[in-house]
Amino acid sequence: MSETPRIPAGQIGRSIPRIEARAKVTGTAEYIHNLRLPGMLWAKICRSTMPHGRIRHIDTSAAAAIPGIQRIVTAADIRTVIAEPYYGPAFHDQPILAEGKVRHVGEPVAAVLAADPRIAEQAAQAIIIDYEPLPAVYDEVEALTSPVFVHDQLKPAGTFADLKHLAGRRDTNIALDFHLRRGDVEKAFAAAEQVFEHTFRTQQTMHTPLEPHVAVADVRDGSATIHSSTQNPSFVRIEIARLLGWPENRVRVKTAFLGGGFGAKVYVKVEALAVALSMLAGRPVKIALTMEEQFFTISRHASTFRIKSAVDKDGRITARHSEVFYNGGAYADIGPRVAQKSGFTAAGPYDIDNVAIDSFEIYTNRPPAGAFRGFGMPQLVWAYECHADLIARGLGIGPLEFRRKNLLRDGRPHATGTIMRDAATAAVLDRLAQRIGWGQPFNRGNGTLQRGRGIAFGLKAAISPTTSVANVAIAADGSCTVYCGTVDMGQGSTTAMAQIAAETLGLDAEAVRVVAPDTDVTPYDMGTLGSRSTFHMGHAVRLAAEDAKAKLAALAGETGVPPGTNLPIAELFRRKYGMQAGTVIGSGSYLPSYVSPNHATGQTPNATPFWMVGGSAAEIEIETETGQIRVVRLVTVAYGGTPVNPRIVETQWTGAAIQHLGMTLFENMEFTDGQLRNPNFAEYKIPGIRDLPEQLTGEIVDAVQQSGPYGAKGVGETGTFAVAPAIANAIHDAVGVRLMDLPITPEAVYRALRAAAGDPLPEE
Amino acid sequence: MTVSAAPRTIRFTLNGSAVEVTVPPYLSLIDVLREHFDLFGARESCGQGLCGCCTVLVNGDAVSSCLYLAVFADDAEIVTVEHLTADGRLDPVQEAFIEAGAFQCGFCTPGFVLMTKQLLDEHPDPSDEQIGHYLSGNLCRCGTYPEIIAAVKLAARKRHAE
Repeated sequence: MSETPRIPAGQIGRSIPRIEARAKVTGTAEYIHNLRLPGMLWAKICRSTMPHGRIRHIDTSAAAAIPGIQRIVTAADIRTVIAEPYYGPAFHDQPILAEGKVRHVGEPVAAVLAADPRIAEQAAQAIIIDYEPLPAVYDEVEALTSPVFVHDQLKPAGTFADLKHLAGRRDTNIALDFHLRRGDVEKAFAAAEQVFEHTFRTQQTMHTPLEPHVAVADVRDGSATIHSSTQNPSFVRIEIARLLGWPENRVRVKTAFLGGGFGAKVYVKVEALAVALSMLAGRPVKIALTMEEQFFTISRHASTFRIKSAVDKDGRITARHSEVFYNGGAYADIGPRVAQKSGFTAAGPYDIDNVAIDSFEIYTNRPPAGAFRGFGMPQLVWAYECHADLIARGLGIGPLEFRRKNLLRDGRPHATGTIMRDAATAAVLDRLAQRIGWGQPFNRGNGTLQRGRGIAFGLKAAISPTTSVANVAIAADGSCTVYCGTVDMGQGSTTAMAQIAAETLGLDAEAVRVVAPDTDVTPYDMGTLGSRSTFHMGHAVRLAAEDAKAKLAALAGETGVPPGTNLPIAELFRRKYGMQAGTVIGSGSYLPSYVSPNHATGQTPNATPFWMVGGSAAEIEIETETGQIRVVRLVTVAYGGTPVNPRIVETQWTGAAIQHLGMTLFENMEFTDGQLRNPNFAEYKIPGIRDLPEQLTGEIVDAVQQSGPYGAKGVGETGTFAVAPAIANAIHDAVGVRLMDLPITPEAVYRALRAAAGDPLPEE
Repeated sequence: MTVSAAPRTIRFTLNGSAVEVTVPPYLSLIDVLREHFDLFGARESCGQGLCGCCTVLVNGDAVSSCLYLAVFADDAEIVTVEHLTADGRLDPVQEAFIEAGAFQCGFCTPGFVLMTKQLLDEHPDPSDEQIGHYLSGNLCRCGTYPEIIAAVKLAARKRHAE
């Protein structure tokens, strides 16, 4: 794939500072967090203290007596403005406020409106809810066979055609089951030289964007304006329009810069409640969650992954069965999509003829889980790359050699049947090995300090089918404005889209203006998620700019300018309109081809518009008397296509790896009987400046994405794939113990060391 | 002793100007800055004084304004990130953050800038240990720490050059 010549030096490949850089360092950058509207009320939410229970009575009398309260709202009030107040991208299962029943701790039950947020908060805490407790289920495996059902009946949304068959299913906690069958798995297991089988688990974690979810809704005169920290303006518009029974053009969704997203802010979160409250109050209403409330809003799925592989005498994997159970919590959110789409690649980046995959999204009485940077990939790669090392050890083959021997290379069929193209798996593995110095001697430590190295990598299929639409306007002075719905949440899309438009039009990127998403102005985009924007919106912006360019050429022809004349654009407009007037608008729309997989076998000739490949190699040191883990070196390598802005790409890339160190080493939502014990930064630690590896290296391998705009594609998620298994594999190398569950805390390491020494610590 | 909830009038210097405001005693400094003075550079995120997004300088010391009661600011000198560009020019720390590409979403950035300013005021040539010590109370969920460390060192060089 490196035969394609690199794009000539131009706007692509320039490491310009972010276009909004000055606004961000001076504190003037716009976030919805800062927004106040005249006459605005604040809403504070009274949340369930019960993991599963019937609501017997809501006593609002004490709250209502607090001076300054405008209104107290429960589900019955919501029904007066929204007839069927249930929402969700995959299932219409989530009530705007709990109705009759609560299904997880922290579920919104009532809301209080007041001009002063502190008074609203005080009143929300004064609401007394009487519950009849119901038995609850928290574990994803237990929920498969539990007599406790979180929902009576499945309610697929109809948004995704391939979920329609789930309508009306009863008495199950399985929200979605995805299956893939390729070859003859049973026969291959029967003929295997050796069979390896393991179970790995991951914990529930939270994105903790530093700007918590926020929305301001202003519904008046038959139209709704929603200012939201959403990654999904178009989806929010469509979903709110559906809830209200209004056409899309009466719902306007505006965003600004987001103070982080990472998947927490996709689909509807607080917007539906804000809209209903604004309708009830007749005034603008702001809901700004606290950091604590975010933990009850959305999270990364906990998971259990049973993986079983057959290996022949040459060390080739001949069959694999992957069973993945995603703990979706009480509401589906986009979880069914996570289970399905990650299911495509649950057999890993290996060339295996016989594959069975069963991937499940499971309801439990925990806070909901949805999309979080990687869309299931960190859970999968954790399991299949730890498993890969255990197989290699079992066979007495080196971990790198085992991976190379089984690598899924371009031209070979993936488990879905899709022939691999532009995947650069070998290049990523090679660079990882080179950068960590695999196979070369290193300081293995001594005494109580033991060092080891590990390697791991993963493969993701970018989700499909999704659409992006963009407009590019050329004003009469020749200046260029890009209208696109991609949300800049720190990944640098404003700058990247300016660079792509500028490259196409022959302008300086710094001179291009990209407007913030506003569904009254910016055309449809499926969402800023799944590392899709550079590829999909990049194409749409490129096409829009090409369209504008063609229209400018037509304008030149129309005004009698000979082809090839180097006339300023402003002069074309003056010739046409006799003054500085007029606008040229180019439009672009992009939808890559895709073939939905066969429902029974998961087979499709076209699973994805592009593959994402990312790996990590780690060198760690274990203090054997305490289990303390020091990450000495962490190398992360991605196949990221041609970087539009190399510096921003590298920052996003190493940032993803640092973020994933948190999930690897300490982040964990801890529950007792469904009660979350640590929904705050005092007790839920995220990586800080002191948690960096001593050496941290990020690298994008030199490989063009042939089908991408100017060879580019997204890398936002790729850095999260393999940090955890690389570290676990390094720990195994250092001290000979295998951790099967995340996070890898010093206590977990120490317990494993004691168990390996035949002197296990008692369980707590 | 009884605690009065009656509003109190406080006077302090805010970004170089004398100001007076009457606030209830439970109000935090960040709420006063946002609600009474339209200053949005400091942001409340974790609400526990652990993330540094709400950092402001009180008498030259970086504090978490989400935990700092406004009434304590009586007679104090308060500086927010907005003051760094009062003359229309970027502070060397801000220039360094741009040049080193030391932010992604930018929500935490004003806090990092103010804490870096205090670090460099006290340690013009900070060691890695000092950088880690001063900035360990500022969190960046985007994980931009390597670039932030580079920006701090670049800012130190810029200040020497001035």
